[in-house]
Amino acid sequence: MTVPSVPSNHGHVSYAAFSLMETTVTARSEAPPRKPLEHPSGDKRFKILEVFIKRLQHRQDMLIEVLHKAQELFGFLDNDLLIYVAQQLRLPPSRVFGVATFYHYFTLKPKGAHTCVVCMGTACYVKGADRVLAAIEQHAGIKAGETTSDNQLSLLTARCIGACGIAPAVVYDGAVTARQSAEDALERVKGWTNGSR
Amino acid sequence: MPVKTLTIDGKPVSAVEGQTVLEAAQDAGISIPTLCHLDGVSDVGACRLCLVEVAGVSRLLPACVTKVTEEMEVRTESERLKRYRRMILELLFAERNHVCAVCVSNGRCELQNLAVAQGMDHVRFAYRFPPYEVDITHRMFGMDHNRCVLCSRCVRVCWFIEGAATKNVAGRGADARIITDLSQPWGESETCTSCGKCVQACPTGAKFHKGSTVAEMERDRSRLEYIVTAREKKQWIV
Amino acid sequence: MDLADLLEIKEKELRTRKPIRLRCCLAAGCVSSNGQAVKESLDKAVQEAGLADEVEVRQVGCMRLCCEGPLVAVDPAGILYQKVAPEDAASIVAALKGGETQVKRGDLNHPFFTKQMSIVLENSGEIDPERIESYIAADGYQALNDALVEMKPKEVIDAILQSGLRGRGGAGYPTGLKWATVAKMQGSKKYVICNADEGDPGAFMDRSVLESDPHRLLEGMAIAAYAVGADQGFIYVRAEYPLAISRLHTAIKQAKQHGLLGSGVLEAAFTFNVEIRIGAGAFVCGEETALMASIEGERGTPRPRPPFPAERGLYAGPTLINNVETLANVPSIVRKGADWFAGIGTEKSKGTKVFALAGKITNTGLIEVPMGTSLRTIVEEMGAGAPDGNQVKAVQTGGPSGGCLPASQLDTPVDYESLQQLGSIMGSGGMIVMDQTTNMVDVARFFMEFCMDESCGKCTPCRAGTVQLHALLDRILRRQATARDLELLEELCDLVKHTSLCGLGQTAPNPVLSTLRFFRNEYLELLQPEIGAPAAFGTPPKPDVNPTG
Repeated sequence: MTVPSVPSNHGHVSYAAFSLMETTVTARSEAPPRKPLEHPSGDKRFKILEVFIKRLQHRQDMLIEVLHKAQELFGFLDNDLLIYVAQQLRLPPSRVFGVATFYHYFTLKPKGAHTCVVCMGTACYVKGADRVLAAIEQHAGIKAGETTSDNQLSLLTARCIGACGIAPAVVYDGAVTARQSAEDALERVKGWTNGSR
Repeated sequence: MPVKTLTIDGKPVSAVEGQTVLEAAQDAGISIPTLCHLDGVSDVGACRLCLVEVAGVSRLLPACVTKVTEEMEVRTESERLKRYRRMILELLFAERNHVCAVCVSNGRCELQNLAVAQGMDHVRFAYRFPPYEVDITHRMFGMDHNRCVLCSRCVRVCWFIEGAATKNVAGRGADARIITDLSQPWGESETCTSCGKCVQACPTGAKFHKGSTVAEMERDRSRLEYIVTAREKKQWIV
Repeated sequence: MDLADLLEIKEKELRTRKPIRLRCCLAAGCVSSNGQAVKESLDKAVQEAGLADEVEVRQVGCMRLCCEGPLVAVDPAGILYQKVAPEDAASIVAALKGGETQVKRGDLNHPFFTKQMSIVLENSGEIDPERIESYIAADGYQALNDALVEMKPKEVIDAILQSGLRGRGGAGYPTGLKWATVAKMQGSKKYVICNADEGDPGAFMDRSVLESDPHRLLEGMAIAAYAVGADQGFIYVRAEYPLAISRLHTAIKQAKQHGLLGSGVLEAAFTFNVEIRIGAGAFVCGEETALMASIEGERGTPRPRPPFPAERGLYAGPTLINNVETLANVPSIVRKGADWFAGIGTEKSKGTKVFALAGKITNTGLIEVPMGTSLRTIVEEMGAGAPDGNQVKAVQTGGPSGGCLPASQLDTPVDYESLQQLGSIMGSGGMIVMDQTTNMVDVARFFMEFCMDESCGKCTPCRAGTVQLHALLDRILRRQATARDLELLEELCDLVKHTSLCGLGQTAPNPVLSTLRFFRNEYLELLQPEIGAPAAFGTPPKPDVNPTG
């Protein structure tokens, strides 16, 4: 796409600070192409991320896309990674952190080897998703949003995955599974949590 | 410049096109309670204390971002508005730990003054007592999250007046909080210029000069105005 | 690419079709019931039976009856197989040639199917969502051609105005008026955004459209862009819908290759590009100003309106934002005419509405019915009531912004005004049925917890008010509340509704208000007698009231 031009004159800035922030900050910098930034750790994934950012022409308004990619590569967003993104996009670290913590899809802590996402949408809730969740929480000894101490299982909840027709739905390691009872769920996660308590 | 005539609380007022209802009211000597508004930085319409009634509009409108229009009839005081303002203040007091008796801003706090002015003398909601910390790592300033009302004034002065963009709001909902850089201790920030504008901007005791004790924290808003006037009008009024 | 080319593709597609077709539902619901394996084993079974010349197995989008998936339909025999397992493939193929199969057959004469009327879902379950030829064979992109070749932008807007189409995202603002406003705005760069951030828990209509018929959306967007003078479009879709995202990517690529997107669309002087933006888990981004902030890479916090997006929207340009279902109606209106569309539905609510029927109901799935259909028809006839002999107690529409209607109101017709009068809203189309085992105060708390977690935290009433509303509901449910707390609850609902900055906060109290209206007794039964001073004052919260979970 063509990059939207940024109006030079902020006629209505007083309407919202954040819209001003957008118009001033999302301007693509006209700076000369920068040198490839070698990450000191030598981790190859930074190289992949750099190529991705370059393809997006270092556009600051692509911050969320970049964070998606970063999380896909690294599994979670630690401070080192957030600083790298900030430098690559020439954004203040506070903006990157503010965005990364606003969206619940982004996680700043490492996930377990396995993930179990219990859908807590309305349809799943009225069909007993709360009981499924409670059973897993009790079994694994963690609350939703946490990871077991041996890093084997991350238990998460979703705000509706749109699989209401097959409620209650649980996503085990990315696979949506239909009509789960507490027993079904325990059966699935048992193998993952041996000795994790 | 085209002039608009309107009435505020029955009083005829003339205002310049493009002015907000809040500005027009202030010029006419009518006070509307505000909290997230700060002269000189852009408004966000977030605290909802400046909501007013406008004849012919069913919604309540925030005076800080609503532009004047010809023959607009504004009411800034009604039983309903007073009730709402009191309740919003109650929500703010219950949200974090606003213990005036031990606060650096006691007696000079905008939140406290609003409560007095609006007659909010008790809180009916459950206090949440969130476990917030005080950041005193900066050599000159401190940040007490217990006193923060999330007005984002410090963020806006940091971005738009100082331009350092050190501060921001992180998290969301009730977990929203003011951060420094990547949520680091303030004292470790590499972007903070220690200009102190955020401290001047803070309405409560959340940001303070280190060393001030109970009721000692004095702010001088005119220093912000000096910079804003210089920036915008190229006038240095000492 | 021009009309002749379109017709040639259509003709070729129909000509090469095999006499017998097995349609396998591969929308998210059936995929999660192993639908992919079913399709693969059917493919294999057809090969093994040596029928590859006369039988084709194709993937299609949603066939509606999600609770019975995986679904397989047989054309032209008109058979619908339900709950198909991969092992059933051989017998299904054998049955094509007079053999026997024990696989459960669906009743296509059931009201669930016969009372539906398809506009938005016209191609859903019929065409292969990953092949543009399949869409073109169903007269796809002809409406875009009609618009570009035969109509001026203003004529397109007039047609939409005349059709009476209203926004399907919830509020029901007349679509034509929105288009006309954006079209009038000066500005060299305008944008069309499709809001596919379907965040209501219990709603999956938009997901189905995206997964089943993505080209319909692209066509609708292109027509909208032509009408308002935009050349750039964005589809903002939830990260939770990976299948929809991948099918959209495929569709955009195909449309570009065929000259149906890009510059010189259909050889007309019209350029339109579409990009996908993936959300990152924030319900509030369904609010249009928050959505735009998110596309710009910002925190998705709403800002006060005015200025409205039509005046100053994305990247400060005039911006048209419509939801998926609204845009999916557009190609049909342009192709079949505004009068045809205006002839469907009620006086003020035209056309059809797609609902995602779920909860305590026998037939869960997707339905599309004319506006004005009664809730009773939907719930009792089409949905076949609550399962296991239970009684339908309430129907929830509009998600966390909507309300719960009691069984006594089932004769209410679904249209914008009727639902609003009863304190609910049409919403985007989630319809959750509840039976007598559901506690309505618990439902209210469930939705309040949702709003509390999803509040962006910018304005005080929504940020702090939803927390207190949730705490009060929790107190009531724990039988620790008194009549005074109930009074406070109602007062706080009034505040949050009337002082919040955006729609999320303004509608957050609706589930409480509507359950108070129709199920007040359930609240009263939980209240405790007043003793001494108001207990709410100064009580430290119980850990489970904390919204950090």
